[in-house]
Order: sequence, then C-alpha cells, then structure tokens
Amino acid sequence: MTGLIDIVVLSLLVVTAVMVGQLRNLFAAAMLTGMYSLLSAVWMVVLDAPDVAYTEAAVGAGISTVLMLATLSLTTEEEREASLIEPGPLFVALITGAVLLYATLDMPRFGDPSSPIHTHVGAMYLERAPHEIGVPNLITAVLASYRGYDTLGETTVVFTAAVGVLALLTAPPLDRRGLPFRRTASLDTSMASQSTLGGDGSLPQTSLADDEVAT
Amino acid sequence: MNELIAHYNHQIVIVLMCLGIYVIMARDNLVKKIMGLNVFQAAVILLYVTMGRVDGGTAAILVDDPGATYSNPLPHVLMLTAIVVGVATTALGLALVVRIQEAFGTIEDGEIQALEEQQVP
Repeated sequence: MTGLIDIVVLSLLVVTAVMVGQLRNLFAAAMLTGMYSLLSAVWMVVLDAPDVAYTEAAVGAGISTVLMLATLSLTTEEEREASLIEPGPLFVALITGAVLLYATLDMPRFGDPSSPIHTHVGAMYLERAPHEIGVPNLITAVLASYRGYDTLGETTVVFTAAVGVLALLTAPPLDRRGLPFRRTASLDTSMASQSTLGGDGSLPQTSLADDEVAT
Repeated sequence: MNELIAHYNHQIVIVLMCLGIYVIMARDNLVKKIMGLNVFQAAVILLYVTMGRVDGGTAAILVDDPGATYSNPLPHVLMLTAIVVGVATTALGLALVVRIQEAFGTIEDGEIQALEEQQVP
C-alpha cells in the first residue's frame, strides 16, 4: 500500500517539477510550485514526519505561493518566449545528477535501522527525551529544548529577512542608474515624505485634499 | 538491481534537484529562477527526511507500547528550521525582483543585461 502511494506521489512530484520549468504562464507555474510543496508534504507523511509535513504545507505551499502571486501582480504574468532546452545548463545539471546518483550507492539502504544517522545523537534524543523533557512529541522536545539555539538562529534569520524586505519595498524608487526618479517639482515634494510600493502614492494625497475641501 | 531499488528515495530526490538546478540556470525570468530555487530546496528537505525513516517505525510521538520503533527526530527538526529559512529567502528574493521591475521595467535576465550595457558610456 505504501509502495503504491510512493509511486503515485513521486511520479506526480517529478511531473509537477517539469511543468514548473516548462510553463510560460507564471501564474500557472506559481500554482504548480504550491502543488509541488503539497505533494512533498504528502510524501513526508508517508515517511513518518508529520510535523515537517504540516510546516511544508502551511509555509511552503501557503506563504510561498501567496508571496509569488503578490510579486506577479506587481511585475508580469507571462514569461518571454525562450528555447526549452538550453545545452549549457542541461549539461551541468546532468553531470551533477550523474555524480550524485553515483554517490548514492555508498549511502545506507532506505530505512536501514543500523545506518549511522540512527546510531549517534538521534538515538540519544529518543532514549533521553521522555525522562528529561517529558513532552510526548519528541520533535517538539528536540526543537525547543536540545536544539533551542537552532531555533533562536532561525528566528534571527527570519527577522533579518523581514527587515531586508521592508527596507527594499519602502525605499524610494530608483531608476536604473541608481538615481532617484525625477518627477515634476510639485509631485516631488509630496512624494519625498512617502514610502511607496508601486512607485505611485499620489492617490491618498489627493483624497486627503478633497476631504479638507469638503469640510 | 536490488542495490538500485534500495536507493529509490535518493534517486527521485536527485532527479528533482537536477530539475531545480536546470530551471535556475536555463530560465531567463527572475521569478522563474526563484521557483526553481523552491523546487531545489524542497528536494533537499525531502533528502534529509527520507534519511530519518526507519523500517517499521512510526512518527516520533511517544505511544504506550514500550517496544515501538520511532523515526529519527533529528533530521525532522533540522528541516523544520530549513523550511522557515527557505521562505525567508524566497521573500527577500521576490522583494528584489519587485525593485528590479521598478528600475528596469522588466524581469528578464537578458533584457536587464542589455539595458545595463547601454548605460556604460
């Protein structure tokens, strides 16, 4: 039964990844990346990793897709026509794949209980967490207690990224020489104090002026 | 032959990785490159999660049965962190794409390079 689910999920994953590369319509491709994340979440459930699956479904399939759709609404929804097969990148990707495939022959068998990954620190967590932490969900125990510093570092990265995104999106718009856009003098003064996303923040200004006239 | 089937999880993950790398390198559109990065990243996460799997095991949530086998919680914990960091990277990349669109009016790599070369006096 698990074998059947594996075959279906894995072939769907490969087909979805191929279509993400092929489709010219970026909205469709964004939806397919969401589907790809959701399918990988399904395979994670089969692999006994429900916590990772939840996170992948919520963050990978949800937030990433929303961010991409938002970007597409601000940029363009159609990719320029280009050749489907680029020989250089194809060559590099195939060589990388061949080397990695050769390397898998040295890896422990899938699900092997005696592989190195299961005999060191992972086994220690499984043995000690029930007494030391007392939380039934061992992933929570390791995440929040044994590896609390990892989570702290993760929070730092997310904070830095949030600061970066805010700085990028609220900075005044620049032209391609890196200079501020030159606008007409009257617009320039009203724009200077405003941080804009799409490069046009004049609408709220006029509506405010209208209100003042009305009162 | 058995040797090959025993590694089917790794092989599929490597195919997905290569598709991701190819999209990053071959496509000109910047949003498409970030989609390729997402495909690659999910493949790496799957690689780690498959390594945590144990034959006959169950999710690492304690059950009453004292003889139960659990999958290894360590790769799962590390990948939880990786997913969240990955989304932060995606957000930052997409914000850059929005700014590039503002400055150049296009998000196609080749067209941006052509515009840059025009600039040089």
